[in-house]
Amino acid sequence: MSYNAIDTREQFRPDDHPTDHFLLTTVVGSYPKPKWLNRAKELQGERESFTDEHLQEAEDDACRVITDEHERAGLDVVVDGEMRRNEMVEYFAHRIDGYEFNGPVKVWGHNYFDKPSVVGEVAYDEQWLVEEFEFTTDAATRPVKVPITGPYTLANWSFNEAYDSEEELAYALADLVNEEIDKLVDSGCQYIQIDEPALATTPDDHAIVGECLERIADDVDEDVRLGLHVCYGDYSRIYPEILEFPVHEFDLELANGDYDQLPVFLEEEFTKDLALGVVDAHTAEVEPVEVIKENIKKGFEVVPPERLTVSPDCGLKLLPRDVAYGKMENMVKAARQVEEELDAGEITVGYAGEAGGNSPTPADD
Amino acid sequence: MRDVVATTPGLFPLPDWAKDELSDLKGHQKSDLVSGDEGGEIASTYDRVRTELVDRQVEAGLGRVVEGQARWDDMLAHPLAVHENVETRGIVRYYDNNNFYREPVVRGDLTFDGDVAAELEAVDVDASDLQAVLPGPYSLSDLATDEHYGDAESFLAGIAEFLAAEADALPEHETLFLLEPSLVESAPGDGLDEAASEAIDRVAAAVDSDVVVHTYFGAVPEKPYAHLMDADVEAIGFDFVTDHEQTVYNVQEYGTKDDIAMGVVDGQNTLVETADEIRERIQWVEERVPAQSFDTVYATANTELFYLPTNKAEAKLDALAAATEEVLEA
Repeated sequence: MSYNAIDTREQFRPDDHPTDHFLLTTVVGSYPKPKWLNRAKELQGERESFTDEHLQEAEDDACRVITDEHERAGLDVVVDGEMRRNEMVEYFAHRIDGYEFNGPVKVWGHNYFDKPSVVGEVAYDEQWLVEEFEFTTDAATRPVKVPITGPYTLANWSFNEAYDSEEELAYALADLVNEEIDKLVDSGCQYIQIDEPALATTPDDHAIVGECLERIADDVDEDVRLGLHVCYGDYSRIYPEILEFPVHEFDLELANGDYDQLPVFLEEEFTKDLALGVVDAHTAEVEPVEVIKENIKKGFEVVPPERLTVSPDCGLKLLPRDVAYGKMENMVKAARQVEEELDAGEITVGYAGEAGGNSPTPADD
Repeated sequence: MRDVVATTPGLFPLPDWAKDELSDLKGHQKSDLVSGDEGGEIASTYDRVRTELVDRQVEAGLGRVVEGQARWDDMLAHPLAVHENVETRGIVRYYDNNNFYREPVVRGDLTFDGDVAAELEAVDVDASDLQAVLPGPYSLSDLATDEHYGDAESFLAGIAEFLAAEADALPEHETLFLLEPSLVESAPGDGLDEAASEAIDRVAAAVDSDVVVHTYFGAVPEKPYAHLMDADVEAIGFDFVTDHEQTVYNVQEYGTKDDIAMGVVDGQNTLVETADEIRERIQWVEERVPAQSFDTVYATANTELFYLPTNKAEAKLDALAAATEEVLEA
């Protein structure tokens, strides 16, 4: 199956988009939670009168507020900032049969993670993200993307007590992710991003991740856009092999290293769409529009404008909220200005400025 | 009849109450990690933690009791991370794990410090039950960055001198575990493999106790293993959980010391081994090296225990102690 034959991107162009060129703007997923949401979670443990319904109401409100914040920043595709999720493995492990929790383990210093154990066959239990998607879609006027932790990361960041190998566990989890994606698509979701940060730390396992994705993508409607997010690793150890994966888009963190890994993607033609990290998720300064524009243009060295998505490096949840908002707002401004300049023929970097972008010649520099 | 002794490589997880209390007292950032001169409430919290960890090992019935190394925020890099002539920089990955420590950069002579000896002094058990734990010189040099000694061999020798002085200051104890995972994870090449063995000799010579050089995260490659056999220590420790075939091959091919440490409990998985399973693993090893009889078998977790949640780490202590009782009875 070719994941390039069908255009899954044009469906996200707003009807009133002002330019001919369209750089799809979105985010990776997580976003700082409003302080009152954290307080509500504390209250739930402290006061009996603060019920599950009260917490749900607070989460609903947070979802509305943050979705609106993404729309105000001007993003073409929005998320709810993962307001209902505590952590990217724990959230899912709580919803899958076969997992148990034994307590926090050290990551570094006094930073801990409630690393779950797989103690039996994993099975689909309650829904994971369908309610989140439906609620966010109701709250949004823009299309909604759903980020979902990938099976390899769910396996690699758990204790495996039940399966003969981590690979076998990852495949079992991939079948569950496939089931959830079916449900998401049935409820109208057209843009799903699979997060596999664990691949960055164990790059030799890219074939396992590939097989997981084959299972995930199996029978998913061909006009549903599938992305893969991988961050904070040595991309030369997984590229070009990842081009074989059955996804439309790779979402990559490159601003953090000031694009020192960009040449990796020039050695072999990048045959997928590129979601390029253009703002750093771990610096508390908002990058100026001009800086972000230059970052966006670096993407044209890899793909033509019609295959470039503009996004932060990673989830923004560790930043102060005003900084996170500022980064999104400037990122969209920069994208819109670059689109105008592309329309005017003022940008001739790499694949940009080629007629139609269909027979591009990469720049030498 | 060989003696079977249940023990661990140390570096226990903090009890859950201490995780909360110490993060509140110290904070979550790089600059908040242990400095070596902490006092007041932080020090008294660590005293309570030490007592709890020691009592729990005694309760389990282990043959050797460790201090627990609860203060070792930077894991095996701890003795350098608290040293006055070492600068700690960014957070770097700890072997192939989802764990991180502050990169220790050595910028001056590694003079005597005494941090680890002071910890062990605070443990209230008989010297005949007490086990000291130190990073092996090769692993400590591998985890650190040198900006003072100049080349790999001088740096390794400097680290060995430092650890020898630290070991010399230890209170009376029965056994010293030198943890050397780097012999597996980034095995020394030509020249350095011999130097690694000499560095271990230097540290081992500083104590009167039985020295165990414990290796883990897999099997030591053949050549460094052959050199390790030249070191004057009482035992070598092996990881029979991660790669038992290659590990037992080393013993079959090159032999081992009269004592042996067998990593037969998984320090990185919450699945708790039964006493029977532990006993079977010990017997599996012994059956494959019929030419060798052991005076002492240390039955231990393969790795440090901090990867585990507290309840599972404790359950593994109980299992080890129970299993070694059964081995003796069998």
